[in-house]
Amino acid sequence: MARSSMAGLGGRLYRGEKSFDFIGKKRRFYAFSGLLIIISAVALGTQGLKLGIEFKGGSVFTVQSPSVTVADGHAALTSAGVTTETIVQKIGANKLRLQTTDLPQSTISAARNALSTTFKVDPANIDVQTVGPSWGKEITHKAIYGLIGFLLVVMLYLAMAFEPKMAIAAIIAVIHDVFITVGIYALVGFDVTPATVIGFLTILGYSLYDTVVVFDKVRENTKGITSTAKMSYSAAANLAVNQTLVRSFNTSVIALLPVASILFVGAGLLGAGTLKDLSLALFIGLATGTYSSIFVATPLLATLREREPAMKALAKRVSARGGVVETIDKNTAGVVTSTHSKDDHERGPRNQPKRKSRRR
Amino acid sequence: MSANISKATKKPAKSGRTIAVLLVVFVAFSALAIFQGDTKLKLGLDLRGGTSVTLAPKVASGGKVDKAAVDQAVAIIRQRVNSLGVAESEVSSQSNGDIIVSVPGNSSSRVVDLVGATAQLRFRQVLAVGAGNAASSATSSATTTSTKGGKKVTSPSAATFPAGVNAALDNAFKSLDCTIAANRQGGAIDDPTQPLVSCSRQGAEKYILAPAEVEGNQVSKASAVLDNANGNGWMVLLSFNGAGTNAFGKMTTRVTSLASPQNQAAIVLDGLVVSAPRINEAINSGSAQISGRFTQTDATDLANKLKYGALPLALSVQEINQISPTLGSDQLHAGLLAGLIGLILVVLYSVLYYRGLGLVSVGSLVVAGSITYLSFLLLGKWIGFTLTLAGIAGAIVSIGITADSFIVYFERLRDEVREGRSLRTAVETGWQRARRTILVADFVSLIAAALLYFFAVGGVRGFAFTLGLTTFVDLIVVFFFTKPLVTILSRVAFYSSGHPLSGLSAKSLGVVTHDGKDLL
Repeated sequence: MARSSMAGLGGRLYRGEKSFDFIGKKRRFYAFSGLLIIISAVALGTQGLKLGIEFKGGSVFTVQSPSVTVADGHAALTSAGVTTETIVQKIGANKLRLQTTDLPQSTISAARNALSTTFKVDPANIDVQTVGPSWGKEITHKAIYGLIGFLLVVMLYLAMAFEPKMAIAAIIAVIHDVFITVGIYALVGFDVTPATVIGFLTILGYSLYDTVVVFDKVRENTKGITSTAKMSYSAAANLAVNQTLVRSFNTSVIALLPVASILFVGAGLLGAGTLKDLSLALFIGLATGTYSSIFVATPLLATLREREPAMKALAKRVSARGGVVETIDKNTAGVVTSTHSKDDHERGPRNQPKRKSRRR
Repeated sequence: MSANISKATKKPAKSGRTIAVLLVVFVAFSALAIFQGDTKLKLGLDLRGGTSVTLAPKVASGGKVDKAAVDQAVAIIRQRVNSLGVAESEVSSQSNGDIIVSVPGNSSSRVVDLVGATAQLRFRQVLAVGAGNAASSATSSATTTSTKGGKKVTSPSAATFPAGVNAALDNAFKSLDCTIAANRQGGAIDDPTQPLVSCSRQGAEKYILAPAEVEGNQVSKASAVLDNANGNGWMVLLSFNGAGTNAFGKMTTRVTSLASPQNQAAIVLDGLVVSAPRINEAINSGSAQISGRFTQTDATDLANKLKYGALPLALSVQEINQISPTLGSDQLHAGLLAGLIGLILVVLYSVLYYRGLGLVSVGSLVVAGSITYLSFLLLGKWIGFTLTLAGIAGAIVSIGITADSFIVYFERLRDEVREGRSLRTAVETGWQRARRTILVADFVSLIAAALLYFFAVGGVRGFAFTLGLTTFVDLIVVFFFTKPLVTILSRVAFYSSGHPLSGLSAKSLGVVTHDGKDLL
């Protein structure tokens, strides 16, 4: 029955009978996002990101044996002449992950052999990942170039496909998402690896996907809006968000499901690694992306457009006509069920599909 | 209702044809894949175990990577790696000059030692020389020269041996057979303070060499020149830095008066003798020339080797991954499991929420999955695509993206029905609008994937690649399968009559009826 009520909600949202006032309460959302951004900035400033070995250089050994203990791992590394800081973690019941700083190749071989004798496994069955110290710099540079290139290309594309202000609003929402995601990483102290960076960059595409869907509807609703004076730009945009709400919810859920399953399997079965890093970044990013396309991107777009003289004039005309549809200033309450739809739904802009009703 | 179908644009026959064409193309490509014999996915090292090493050329700041040098380095490393005898080993260079070595199945340290060790170039005095086969011994070749001896005899047991050679060295020399390729791999332990028994690169000669006196890094310049004036043909000019000038001067002063072969200075690379020119005079100026019937290629090669050591480039190890086959198969299974769970969840959600239309999306996902799998197979053959863990992750993530575009269409369809359009009309008008959204959204995804691909390094590239590929597949499926299928389903009497079991029954489009009921 969840479907039915959800579907019913979709229909009511579509006709505007039920409406959440996203645009009207934009200040609240801006404030919330601002708070998140401040927290992220503080976390980044004070704690910084916990970088994986790919950025600092170093080695990670993974041993699988029924009798692994953290203490034995430390002892084995020490006996092999590893004197620098090491991090030893136990993953699951029989896996040990040992992380060292950048070591010469001979010490790495010695460590591998020491682990092999300590835990009685064939050295070839000990997985070793070694990263040179300059590797991370290259990754970081490339990621930054990628980010800038992406933002520019997408901004141009959206400006051409939609309108320049939509492009600006969408890009700001994307930056918002990436920044908050990175902030969460700093706050919680998750490891940042190249896979994480790729995850961050992928968020860009995802977050835009949602925003594009909403903006497409906004564009449709606001086409020729100035000639009718039925609703202000904000009201039309708000209707678009509501009309696409179920869609946004569904696309986000559907996108999150596979990512969640990667996260579950990656973290649960494999422990640290590409799968976990990638999916964690995606998971957090997708969640913020969904939030921003509804609560940040569209209100931002409305704010930008409402400053245009034509839109200001429209808003004035609309309210002069008695506010056929709620204007942004009037609704400060939480969920708004606008007055007209309660009693006017039969006369609403949409015809009711009678045939189908009867078939039920 | 059946009266106002006039506005519906496409005929079901056309839609059927579209699906049929897609099917034919798919079958044709499948046949091609089977015909080419590539029915198995090429798995990356992280899924099958093995060693991968990424090397980056060291370039002076602002300098550019010499493509030819990189290619030469790749060839040399490939030779070393091939000596391991592992099938499907690969050495390739990236556009930025990085060299990636991957040896499947072998996760021992041997690979890293072979590839990572940048063998040193050294100058050593030749103590004895012999034919490359096992029979020859230092004494036999030395008897002719031993009478002359070295001026500094430190070896106590040098009765019949040349200076600096002892019985142990001679035994090693005797047992060394340079006609066996395995003995000419180089990269062996080359302690500069100890004498060395070694083969020439081609295996025709073997040598006993004195401890190193000049190191490769003391060579400051080397070039191949054509000396027409003196009729020497191609030769190599080299100059040494300060320390090198001293050391080389000392060495040449000492050996030039000795008899052959001890007046030769061997250039030892990677533990193998590249060249052993005779020293004609004491060279204290810090610059020398090596001549001797070189071809241009020989001279250039030698000059390069003198300049760069074993490889024509200084390389630094960027990343080493040694993955045991156990972990590889663990990762593969985990990836497949994650994919399976993700797929089941998406299918469940689609069917629970969209019922009949959900089945359309499940069918479309199956088609998308088949096309993607086929692309993996064909691309494995055509461009050497290998599926890595990151690639699997990309494919799983794309399940969501693909399903998203169905949702965009379905929701549009429902919107149109809410607007009061008939199902058949809604299928078309909804598509007109959804198409644009899907195109824009997928195009943004494609831009993202392309940029990720170009800016990603190492394994995560596979993620970007599969993400881009699957987005493209999504477009194909939505346009040539999902949409035509919905058109057909909306027309077939069984569906349009609203049979409860049909995918497009009134019940399946519950929104409308449900809302209607709500309202009335």
